[in-house]
Amino acid sequence: MIEIENLHKKFGKNQVLSHLDLHINEGGIFAVLGPNGSGKTTLIKSILGMVVPNKGNLTVLGASVRKNWKYRQEIDYLPQIANFPGNLKVRELIRMIKDLRQKPSREQELITLFGLEPFLDKKLATLSGGTKQKVNIVLTFMFDSPLIILDEPTTGLDPASLIKLKELILQEKGKGKTILITTHIMQFVEEMADKIVYLLEGNIYFKGTIDELMAKTEQSDFEHAIAAISTHTTNA
Amino acid sequence: MLKILKYSFYDLMRSRWSYVYFLFYLALGFVLLFLNQDLSKAVITLMNVIIVLVPLISTIFGVMYFYNSKEFTELLLAQPLKRTSIFLGQYLGVAGSLTLSLVLGLGIPFVLYGLFRSDAIWDFSLLLVTGAFLTMIFTALAFNIALSNENKIKGFGYAVLMWLFLAVIYDGLFLLSLIIFEEYPLDSFSLAATTFNPIDLSRTLILLKLDISALLGYTGAVFKSYFGTNLGLFVSLGMLVLWTILPVWRLAYKSKRKDF
Repeated sequence: MIEIENLHKKFGKNQVLSHLDLHINEGGIFAVLGPNGSGKTTLIKSILGMVVPNKGNLTVLGASVRKNWKYRQEIDYLPQIANFPGNLKVRELIRMIKDLRQKPSREQELITLFGLEPFLDKKLATLSGGTKQKVNIVLTFMFDSPLIILDEPTTGLDPASLIKLKELILQEKGKGKTILITTHIMQFVEEMADKIVYLLEGNIYFKGTIDELMAKTEQSDFEHAIAAISTHTTNA
Repeated sequence: MLKILKYSFYDLMRSRWSYVYFLFYLALGFVLLFLNQDLSKAVITLMNVIIVLVPLISTIFGVMYFYNSKEFTELLLAQPLKRTSIFLGQYLGVAGSLTLSLVLGLGIPFVLYGLFRSDAIWDFSLLLVTGAFLTMIFTALAFNIALSNENKIKGFGYAVLMWLFLAVIYDGLFLLSLIIFEEYPLDSFSLAATTFNPIDLSRTLILLKLDISALLGYTGAVFKSYFGTNLGLFVSLGMLVLWTILPVWRLAYKSKRKDF
């Protein structure tokens, strides 16, 4: 699904990713974790081709990412902050993305699920943060793609919508898809993730299940295990 | 690319600024015709306005649009679209809507005044073509500046400086160098200096067509004696095309290598 070999990325003098290798071949939910500035977003943006790596090979679904754009047809991406062109209406934005993707979509079902009908004819600039995030979720999940990338999907959501989002993610997982999620909410990770990819200083520090992580750090609690990684390395 | 162009264009057609720009030219056209009572004279006055104002507005508008549509661009970048088509689509959307405002805003009053029955039609069309070129050139330059500067304030500053340089300072330096080096033959120098500035180039082009020797100035005179009117016209048009293609090419080139 995703093959990353020896990935390097520098922003100016700041080495964000170095010697990064990652292989994800199976379906399931992968939580990409790491402290602030560890390169999570850069990694995701490299997979999406928004960031151009300095070095290394990146293959998604058998196609090299470099100078390629067609593979993005098979990726659904939820960007971190839902900032949309302000003077478009929700309905127009959905129609536009559908027009650009040219794939069958199920937006009606999702609009009903998140109760977005009253907002369809409102301009995006007038929506609240949580509602924008819901629109963002609809845009991401309305297509049926084998790879889903979610960057901070829980931002601004109320508890009811959060439950719906979780159900939605589990549903997609049930179809055998690969789902990458970044988040800082450990409870969400513990509940949803099958595997954890922990980034530290531009490299993958740990990849495996939650149980393996707890065994490695000798902690009985997931949140402490994650915290233990960071303190462990700062002490070292 | 056409889809992006369509959405950018549609987005701009709904923005207030396109109408302000359109209404401004509409008013300008009517006022000039009313004051001059003569098509050819109005064309000359209009030239002086267009040559300075079109670059300024295209520059500001281009930079503003680029920074404002940052989120939209990022949304598009995650879609299965080619980068060049995203940026060229947006560029053509902006340049297209500005050109449309210009052509319609000036065209309507002149047509109502009886442009089609007048001799000035070719001069006027050339004026619009030059205006369109200036819009394309300066929008492309503005997009380049905005693409290379993450910082909005810096981007705006550079864009305004570029306009100031090409519209005002360049001429001053040019004149100064002519005075300082007056003992030397300066034909080819002034010829080259003119082609390196799209604003000067447009002015020379229009004046050559209008054939007003009094306004032609030194550069124009050199141009005319060197090329003869028709060849000069083609060369300056060709240079304008080049001035459009180069920044657009750089835009496509840089956008492929940028991180978002």
